[in-house]
Amino acid sequence: MRPEISRSRTWAVIAAGGMAALLSAACGSASGTTNAASAPGITATSVTIGSTQPLTGPAAPGYSEIAPAANAYFKYVNAHGGVNGRKINYTYLDDQYNPTSTATQTRKLVLQDNVFAMFQALGTPTHLSVVSYLNSNHVPDLFVASGCNCWNNTSQYPDTFGWQPNYTIEGKILGQYIAQNFATKKVGFFLQGPNDEFGTDGFTGVMDALQGKGLNVDSTPAYYTPTAAGAMAVAAAIASLQAQGVQVIVSFSVPLFTAIAEASAAGLRYAAKFVVSNVGSDPPTLTAILTGGALGKALPAGLIAGTISDTYLPVLTDASNPWVTFFQSVKAQYAPSLPWDGNVEYGMSEAYTFVQALKAAGQNPTRASIVAAVENSHWADGPGLTPYAYSSSDHNGFTGVQMVTVGADGTVTTLGPVETTDDTATGPITTFSGSASSPPANGIPSD
Amino acid sequence: MTTALRRSTLARHGLFFLALAIVLLLLTSFVFDPYTNYNVTGVAIYAISAAGLTVLTGINGQVSLGHGAMMMIGAYTTSVLLTWHADLPLILVLVASIAITGVAGAIVGIAGARLRGPYLAGATLALAVALPQVPSHFASIFGGNQGLSVPTPAPPAFLGTSFTSVQWLAWIALAAGVVTFFVLANLVRGATGRRFRMVRDNEIAARLAGVDVARTQVLAFVISAACAGLAGSLFAYWVTVTSPSGFTLNLSLSLLTAIVIGGLGSLSGAVLGSFILVYLPVWTSGFASSLNLSSNVANNVPLAIYGIVLIAAILLFPRGVAGGVASIVRGVTRMVRTSRRGALPTAPEAPSP
Repeated sequence: MRPEISRSRTWAVIAAGGMAALLSAACGSASGTTNAASAPGITATSVTIGSTQPLTGPAAPGYSEIAPAANAYFKYVNAHGGVNGRKINYTYLDDQYNPTSTATQTRKLVLQDNVFAMFQALGTPTHLSVVSYLNSNHVPDLFVASGCNCWNNTSQYPDTFGWQPNYTIEGKILGQYIAQNFATKKVGFFLQGPNDEFGTDGFTGVMDALQGKGLNVDSTPAYYTPTAAGAMAVAAAIASLQAQGVQVIVSFSVPLFTAIAEASAAGLRYAAKFVVSNVGSDPPTLTAILTGGALGKALPAGLIAGTISDTYLPVLTDASNPWVTFFQSVKAQYAPSLPWDGNVEYGMSEAYTFVQALKAAGQNPTRASIVAAVENSHWADGPGLTPYAYSSSDHNGFTGVQMVTVGADGTVTTLGPVETTDDTATGPITTFSGSASSPPANGIPSD
Repeated sequence: MTTALRRSTLARHGLFFLALAIVLLLLTSFVFDPYTNYNVTGVAIYAISAAGLTVLTGINGQVSLGHGAMMMIGAYTTSVLLTWHADLPLILVLVASIAITGVAGAIVGIAGARLRGPYLAGATLALAVALPQVPSHFASIFGGNQGLSVPTPAPPAFLGTSFTSVQWLAWIALAAGVVTFFVLANLVRGATGRRFRMVRDNEIAARLAGVDVARTQVLAFVISAACAGLAGSLFAYWVTVTSPSGFTLNLSLSLLTAIVIGGLGSLSGAVLGSFILVYLPVWTSGFASSLNLSSNVANNVPLAIYGIVLIAAILLFPRGVAGGVASIVRGVTRMVRTSRRGALPTAPEAPSP
């Protein structure tokens, strides 16, 4: 009999201990001091997020660095204690900039890898193929790496947020610069498309700004498709602009196609002024494509000298900017094989915003709480030149850009102040009066 | 019973595919997790398409590099119909896609029946390159590069609320796959299949035996296009967006790869090849973010693995995985037989097709 008694006593002790542990856990989560697995992809010690990226294929040159750069910043954060004690696991899959792959890879992330949220999924045509799926499954779709206006659609896509200034905002500010500086020149367009919102949104913005300014505009754009076959057709598209007598080419194109367009113009002895969207103008990326022989032979980097573009992040080569020096130090330690270029700055800046959102979502974030956190965000700091515009009715990120020009050696010089506007046809363009922020001392956003 | 089964191909196939259908029904309903269901749907879709290509290329000997373009016709038929009338019954959409793609296949087949070998490959290659350009020129109908979105078919209410749309689509795709393979398995074992092989092996002999070579070739094209149309239609439902970039030359080449890796001319090879096509990227795609390599290397690891698998498969199984499995089975049976009967001489192996 004795062993029976002692065994039941042992069980009683274990049961009591278990109850106590449960009680303390329950109290803990109520008072917000213990980490719990509060949502899919969240455990007490980790947060898993996913992304689809063009790691190979026609959009890979340049863009394939974005996710590894973001991951470098996450590694930095993880090494400094993570967010509320949780480490960030970032799983990014290759979709080759092909919407069909985006669809299958996103299913893998949501159904198999069980991600908490999607983060910086890249590309307009690609991400459009999954945005309905993500929203119908209430997966937070944070900071799509694309400037399509379509991400700001709070009724249809309540869980989707943009991040960079959308292409219409960017187009309006580019258009204003053209109207002020190239008033006597004939303006034409080289766009990804037709019927690609990257091209059409940018075109809309530029045309809004040129409206009624009396400029000579060739309103029939030349288009390219972002495929290997499309790359062959760029020279013909540029030749058609030359035949129309276009002197200023507004280009909403991914880097590889900007490089092909500028190289084609040079090959045709066509001295047009290129005004290129931020996403297609990063000088280190273009230089690497031109000089690296990606276009069949090594071309001089000087081809891109004089290109006009814009930026919404600090200028890469500005060594006095604290964000630039901070991100460079993170890159040197956690991703030394990456170059220092606009894609890396982009990836790290967006990762910084994600950490801001995750912190604001509370100790035990849920999918609903992180969406609410971004909508109610009034984060003072951030690497952007303008503050975030997020609210419950606005899922746009930054709302303005600063014009820049590229020098013969690839350095970027700013032209004038930071301008902000909205994406309506008549919304005025105003000069931003706020001041730039600095990163916190430890490089991790405070609450 | 057993002799009746042995005599009647139709009864044997009927029983086999019925059993297969029941097994798949149970697996998709109770065993598989949502992601497996999603991938199994993909395998079924690629298998239907690859089976059509097997009939055309493996059994009839006409090389097509444009099978992806045929799938594109099926997918766009579905997407355009659903854009016009979102509530069209699924079966009607599938039948319309099969019919329209079949007609397109007949047109290509009539042109293709005049061409042989590399010339036919060239003509179908042109189709695969040219067709994806069409949607951007008629953007008002086809939605341009952005493509058309396709609503996910909702499961009927009697299946209950816990039955997901992923499971429903898996049912539809697998049912379509079972029916397709049942029809094709009977077709290739019957008189039509014999005519197909005869034309492939020796056109002059076929003509002397009274076979209309051109008609046979066009028929093979129509059958393969109908399969591609069905697969394309299901593909549109599966991906939920139909855009030209989903139907590049790559897709046509992948399908050709699938039937070669699986085993040229065998329907089970088409299934094995499709399985590899869907699951290889699933297994390798996480490497870029999980391996601690420089991103330039890690990004390309999945592509390198794909290439290595292709090379290894061709080296190890020159007659495809299905052929490799068959010869292993044959080798084992022979060993068992010789060990049982002692050193009796065995009949020489029949040459495989």
